[in-house]
Amino acid sequence: MTAIDLTSASVVERAQRISEDVAGPNAEAVDRHARFPVESVEALRVGGLLASLIPVDLGGGGAGIREVADVVAILGRGCASTAMVYAMHQIQVACLVRHGRTPVLAAYLREVAADGLLLASATTEVGIGGDVRSSSCAVERSPGRFHLTKEAPVISYGAFADGILATARRTPASPASDQVLVVCRRAHTRLEQRSDWDTLGFRGTCSNGFTLTSDDDDAYVMPDSYADISSQTMLPTSHILWASVWLGLATAAVDKARGFVQAAARKSPGSTPPAALHLAELVAVHQQLADLVQSAARRYDEAWGIDDREVVEAMGFVIAMNALKVSASQLVVDIVSRAMQICGMAGYSNGSPLSLGRLLRDAYGAALMVNNDRINANNAQLLLIHREH
Amino acid sequence: MTDDVIRAVLAEHGRLAVDVAALDPDADLYQVGLTSHASVNVMLALEDSFDFEFPEQMLRKRTFESIAAIRAVVDGLTRAEVD
Ligand SMILES: Cc1cc2nc3c(=O)[nH]c(=O)nc-3n(C[C@H](O)[C@H](O)[C@H](O)COP(=O)(O)OP(=O)(O)OC[C@H]3O[C@@H](n4cnc5c(N)ncnc54)[C@H](O)[C@@H]3O)c2cc1C
Repeated sequence: MTAIDLTSASVVERAQRISEDVAGPNAEAVDRHARFPVESVEALRVGGLLASLIPVDLGGGGAGIREVADVVAILGRGCASTAMVYAMHQIQVACLVRHGRTPVLAAYLREVAADGLLLASATTEVGIGGDVRSSSCAVERSPGRFHLTKEAPVISYGAFADGILATARRTPASPASDQVLVVCRRAHTRLEQRSDWDTLGFRGTCSNGFTLTSDDDDAYVMPDSYADISSQTMLPTSHILWASVWLGLATAAVDKARGFVQAAARKSPGSTPPAALHLAELVAVHQQLADLVQSAARRYDEAWGIDDREVVEAMGFVIAMNALKVSASQLVVDIVSRAMQICGMAGYSNGSPLSLGRLLRDAYGAALMVNNDRINANNAQLLLIHREH
Repeated sequence: MTDDVIRAVLAEHGRLAVDVAALDPDADLYQVGLTSHASVNVMLALEDSFDFEFPEQMLRKRTFESIAAIRAVVDGLTRAEVD
């Protein structure tokens, strides 16, 4: 589909090409029209990057979280919506890789790898707010089958997904917190759109609201409890990969600020432009974010590589991953604001090459994707008993 | 005795969807509504009742998955205090 050779280069090189040649050039149009970045996702599919995290024996790339986090940040530098779609897909893949150990789910992962399927997520529910650890909808079973109806206020790229992982109560009699994760395959699932997605930022994620109805073989209800899937896999992977999106977005803002300062420097060699000092400060904050994200990815990658549940189940690990999300979501806003200060009107104007409008609007989404207040409240409770650091 | 204290703590702080007195010692507490938020309150109340501190490595979901599991940890910790 493109002139890019997506087969020979390394994963990171392929991501770089897609970010620079496809995602970046389309980012403004994706944002303006709130349209799905079809061409970027197609390039990721063709390049085999949708299957990066799937083990080699199931037909995937066998990458770890660290490598995927690098890919996400590279994509985020070109188009944050594309990076977020890719990140959210990998989060669902991670849950299947770690918790889909049955023959049916392993076969499904093989299909995800072979056909380049795109997976989405329906954790939020109407009436529940952002409390993803409780559900009101429930899985209804009949022999060998399940039925699920869920009112989902936000399913990113739901209309474009080949499968959606949805949370629900284990049975109609289960309490709200006793949840399972259900794989809703497209051919067995109906989506009725209930709301539009016309937001400030992340407009290309096309996160409309839907009523989701799924009827399928009950082997697609994942065997582990969602409590375990969430704490061991979905929460750390989400926070690391979301933070990687924000890192990429922040890097794009730094690129613009650097461009502005260097253009000024070229006009008057010998005198340091006033904004150069602000650039030095900005780069220091950007480095904080980069180091934060990369060290969290490394920490999780080590546990992932040896499948060490002791590490990821420990309270200190959960607290650290929660803190990562809160810090990174604040740093990204700080970084884009600083870049705006440096670029001045060139950053504030729409349509200027140094325009920071889209990046600023995207950055403000970070603190709301699972509200930081909820995450801090969670950590506050855990810190009542946590001792080690 | 220990069992009664554990059940009393669960009744007061566990926010379970069922009657704690009638609960089987091996029943999965998470399936009857124990949340991670409530489990922290249960831990705090157990530490207060038995006058010990849970070591960090026991602060995990499995420790609190049933009355029997809690009992095993409490017995281990109270014995360690006596030794
Ligand atoms: C770009 C983007 C993509 C998304 N994609 C998806 C997706 O694909 N699938 C999906 O399921 N969801 C998705 N979401 C939803 C998201 O993850 C949140 O769960 C959802 O936005 C709920 O947020 P809310 O603001 O409506 O509700 P809340 O989280 O309830 O927050 C609303 C307000 O209530 C406060 N609040 C309420 N209760 C508490 C409490 N107990 N503790 C602390 N504060 C509280 C918050 O501080 C905040 O002020 C997406 C969101 C964004 C921004």
